[in-house]
Amino acid sequence: MTTSAAEAVLFWCLAPLMVAAAVGLLVVRRAVHAAVCVVGLMISVAVLYIANQAPFLGVVQVVVYTGAVMMLFLFVLMLVGVDSADSLVETIKGQRGLGVTFGIGLLVILLSVLAHTDLPEAIGLTTANQEGNPNALAEILYGQYALAMVVVGVLLVTAALAGLVLTHRARIAPRLSQRELSSRRVAARPGALLAPPPAPGVYAQNNAMDTPALGPDGRPIEESVSRVLRIRGQARDAGEVAGGREAERLTAGHDHLPMTATGVVPPAHPAPHPGPQAPPALDAVEIEDLAAEAAESEASE
Amino acid sequence: MAITNYLVLAMILFALGTTTVLLRRNAIIAFMGIEVMLNATNLALVTFARIHGDLTGQVLAFFVMVVAAAEVVVGLAIIVTIFRSRRTASVDDANRLAG
Repeated sequence: MTTSAAEAVLFWCLAPLMVAAAVGLLVVRRAVHAAVCVVGLMISVAVLYIANQAPFLGVVQVVVYTGAVMMLFLFVLMLVGVDSADSLVETIKGQRGLGVTFGIGLLVILLSVLAHTDLPEAIGLTTANQEGNPNALAEILYGQYALAMVVVGVLLVTAALAGLVLTHRARIAPRLSQRELSSRRVAARPGALLAPPPAPGVYAQNNAMDTPALGPDGRPIEESVSRVLRIRGQARDAGEVAGGREAERLTAGHDHLPMTATGVVPPAHPAPHPGPQAPPALDAVEIEDLAAEAAESEASE
Repeated sequence: MAITNYLVLAMILFALGTTTVLLRRNAIIAFMGIEVMLNATNLALVTFARIHGDLTGQVLAFFVMVVAAAEVVVGLAIIVTIFRSRRTASVDDANRLAG
């Protein structure tokens, strides 16, 4: 039986594509490209199923193979690392030559078997598919092969369980709570600043990233300016910002006032130029001491 | 076009799939080669069903698909397990049983 001309056109369009995809699987380096080749191959196979009067299998092929199996492959590729390219160095000497020879030999044997086989004249499935291909298949599946269907169901459940068991990872160490994690973090960097650094200076006259914030003692905190600005030397010191009034206030002795009524923040010390020589951030104890001092001075005033 | 062209195509695909399994050392790509072989046999089965006018060939192809799906689940789970313990998906590196 020869096929219709339309089917011949379909076949000769798809067959070279399929062979090219299979060769691509053999030669491409990246696993994702190989997966794309196989997806194309499988969709083409589905089309050929439909051309071969097996529409049900064609749909199942698309759903099961390209939809589920190849997606599973891509999923595992993501897990293993998409970039994993196969090294093309031969580890076993002569493996490539032997493999290609074996493949060609297998093809020759298969084709010679086909050439020597006396296939009967093709009947076609028009009569078998009379009540619809899925219906006819269902009759065979649930009649002659009912037991096989049950066994296959058991197999699928077993495979699902196997997938769960094989990919399950036993927890060896106890799960860490947030409390343990945070105490670990504190213990790992003793004396380090755990809270985020203070924001850079925001003053009534000036609101900029490049001026340091002032601590409760009135001293500028160098860490509050972005590290990048400090390294570039673009940080300004608090004295520059405060302008002319600062000298006045300094002589008046308002050393510990962090903020005044006019909104101008006077720098604490006579020459508190932060920049590279700015004092380091104060630790908690020091700040407490200074706060007590400030309270005292206020009281005396 | 003779209907045996489908069989020739199936055989070419089967041989290419076998060669992939023999030559590629990435376990996932070798596994895809197995899938190509299974697809090639399915194509041959469907063609035989058409030649003989008997739907049993299609039923067999259906069973092959189901078993292939189960096989993929277990095979990929094994690959993931090996990858977790050895940090590689190459079939060359799974050599702990070698002397």
